[in-house]
Amino acid sequence: MSDDRGAKQKTEMVPLPSDSIIPERDLGKMTVLETRHLGIDFGGLTALEDFNLAVGPTEISGLIGPNGAGKTTVFNLLTKVYQPSRGAILLNSRDTCALNTVQVCKAGIARTFQNIRLFSDLSVEDNVKIGLHNQIPYGIWTGIFRLPGYWKYERQAHERAMELLSIFGMANMANSQAGSLPYGAQRRLEIVRALATGPSILLLDEPAAGMNPSETTELMENIVKVRDTFRIAVLLIEHDMNLVMGICEGLCVLNFGKIIAKGTPSHIQNNPKVIEAYLGKQKEEGLAC
Amino acid sequence: MNLLKNLSSTAKSNFFTYALIVGGYIVIQILSLTGGLTYSLQGLLIPVCAWIIMAISLTLTVGIMGDLSLGHAGFMSVGAFSGIIALISLEAVIPLVGLRVIIAMLTGALCAGFVGVLVGIPVLRLRGDYIAIVTLAFGEIIKNIFTCIYVGMDNAGLHFGFLLSSGISELNLGEGARAIVDGPQGLLNIPNKIVTFSMGFILILAALFIILNLVNSRAGRAIMALRDNRIAAESVGIPVTKYKLIAFAVSAALAGAAGTLFAMNFSTVVASQFNYLASIQVLVFVVLGGLKNFWGAIIAAVLLTVLPESLRFLDEYRLLIYGILLVLVMHGTYSNIIHKLLNFFRSLFPTPDKLEKQ
Ligand SMILES: Nc1ncnc2c1ncn2[C@@H]1O[C@H](COP(=O)(O)OP(=O)(O)OP(=O)(O)O)[C@@H](O)[C@H]1O
Ligand SMILES: [Mg+2]
Repeated sequence: MSDDRGAKQKTEMVPLPSDSIIPERDLGKMTVLETRHLGIDFGGLTALEDFNLAVGPTEISGLIGPNGAGKTTVFNLLTKVYQPSRGAILLNSRDTCALNTVQVCKAGIARTFQNIRLFSDLSVEDNVKIGLHNQIPYGIWTGIFRLPGYWKYERQAHERAMELLSIFGMANMANSQAGSLPYGAQRRLEIVRALATGPSILLLDEPAAGMNPSETTELMENIVKVRDTFRIAVLLIEHDMNLVMGICEGLCVLNFGKIIAKGTPSHIQNNPKVIEAYLGKQKEEGLAC
Repeated sequence: MNLLKNLSSTAKSNFFTYALIVGGYIVIQILSLTGGLTYSLQGLLIPVCAWIIMAISLTLTVGIMGDLSLGHAGFMSVGAFSGIIALISLEAVIPLVGLRVIIAMLTGALCAGFVGVLVGIPVLRLRGDYIAIVTLAFGEIIKNIFTCIYVGMDNAGLHFGFLLSSGISELNLGEGARAIVDGPQGLLNIPNKIVTFSMGFILILAALFIILNLVNSRAGRAIMALRDNRIAAESVGIPVTKYKLIAFAVSAALAGAAGTLFAMNFSTVVASQFNYLASIQVLVFVVLGGLKNFWGAIIAAVLLTVLPESLRFLDEYRLLIYGILLVLVMHGTYSNIIHKLLNFFRSLFPTPDKLEKQ
């Protein structure tokens, strides 16, 4: 599938913004995601202003900032839950201006949600199969009349779903009801479901929220593993500084809807503006919601 | 039994649903052979089949898709009228009764499915309670349109009229005249006793086959995903309108087939039989059955169609009782005692929810 997408890409290179923080490995390659002067207003409130970001094709980058900074709003703009008031979003150098949520997903953005949104009445396996929806191409009549295509694609979907679940050690839960899983497992299932859509960039909204330290460590390993196996980019929002500093190659700090700093984790850690706006509040991280 | 254990929970629930229908059919056949069926029960057999199909098709809309539809009887009326018109007008062309019945039902299903798409396109853009209100209105509109339609047949073919001031005579039917639909008088001259209980049984099986296979396929998962979390479903690339429309149209088409079956059991049928009270009755079947349980809806449909017939003296209070039942069930899902009672009854039967939790 990613081959498919490759074929549609424009060949022309988009120049990187001067302040980009893309890791050396990805330099010179086309960015998977870029935003230019992105902004949105809710009534009188400017929730996001002049947001510029470039993400390399295999980069793990982080979006951090205090509560209410506008981080989730960025994800909602990228996935077209909200329509931007200003600016542009380029996905594989294609403007997503005219696309809706469904088309953005097909174009290669997958996400998880801060407040978990699983199909909680359905089984874990079905949740993943719903993520695979656009990759099992049989039609309604094939399904109703159980034509050969049904059996073929359902078997493929089952195998693929189990494969993805086992990356996160969840294959043994395939038949459980999604809503009945423990919190940490629900977060992991959301990631698996997002991965199932075959994205070129994965957006994770506070993936470690509610996880205990050992689960978080495992999650960090899994995020890196996913990036390495699927060769995709990851953009994550997280309040857990260990996770952010541990796996992110580039960081972008938001405060009151504006970027206040960009750079590598070590740069950010020592940036006085960031310390004032964010790291000073680190003690409260457990309260983040 | 070992085989049963290896099946998935949904497969078990589906198996149970089919077994319920086949078992019921066998019991009725034995009863009627041994003369154990009263005359009034015999007359109920085909209407019960029709109400069962109505119940399982509305379960698709209300339970699986999660949108409250209060106009389901409207689609039943489309099926009744179009199916019977096909049945009568094809009398000369297709002498074979069985084939003609099948074609009539297919016509009813196709017309109702088409109307389902027409109604669904504006309605399914709405959300929540608005859908209930607008489907209620559409159901009534469809019913009222049928009270204005006049259809007659003569040797030259079919004649249609709409809102004729002096009735069907305005159609000026020639030789071999036969009135089929006479405005407020509804369907007339429906060929008697053309449909048998076995045909009703087969239609139920066909409806179950279509709905259960749809639900347990890619499209069905997409429909349930929209129900459980619309935003998440869109985020994984499931187009909302397309799948809602599919579910709504399939549901309407099966209601249409049920309408044809229902009408073929009588010699006359009037459009007002398919009013909102009929829609609410079907909704009661679905809610009592547990919303997402096809076999539950089937049992509720049978009980609530047969019981009032045996307890005739209660007939006047039928709607009152339905109202109380609805309130109790809706309330019961939130209050403890009735919830426990419901759970107890549910624990006697396999449900997808329960089995998955194990
Ligand atoms: N739909 C909306 N309508 C109005 N205001 C909104 C809407 N969505 C977000 N906001 C506002 O935008 C601001 C940013 O919210 P956002 O959810 O993006 O914060 P966040 O950075 O994700 O915070 P947290 O760390 O608490 O998740 C907040 O002030 C919020 O109230
Ligand atoms: Mg947030």
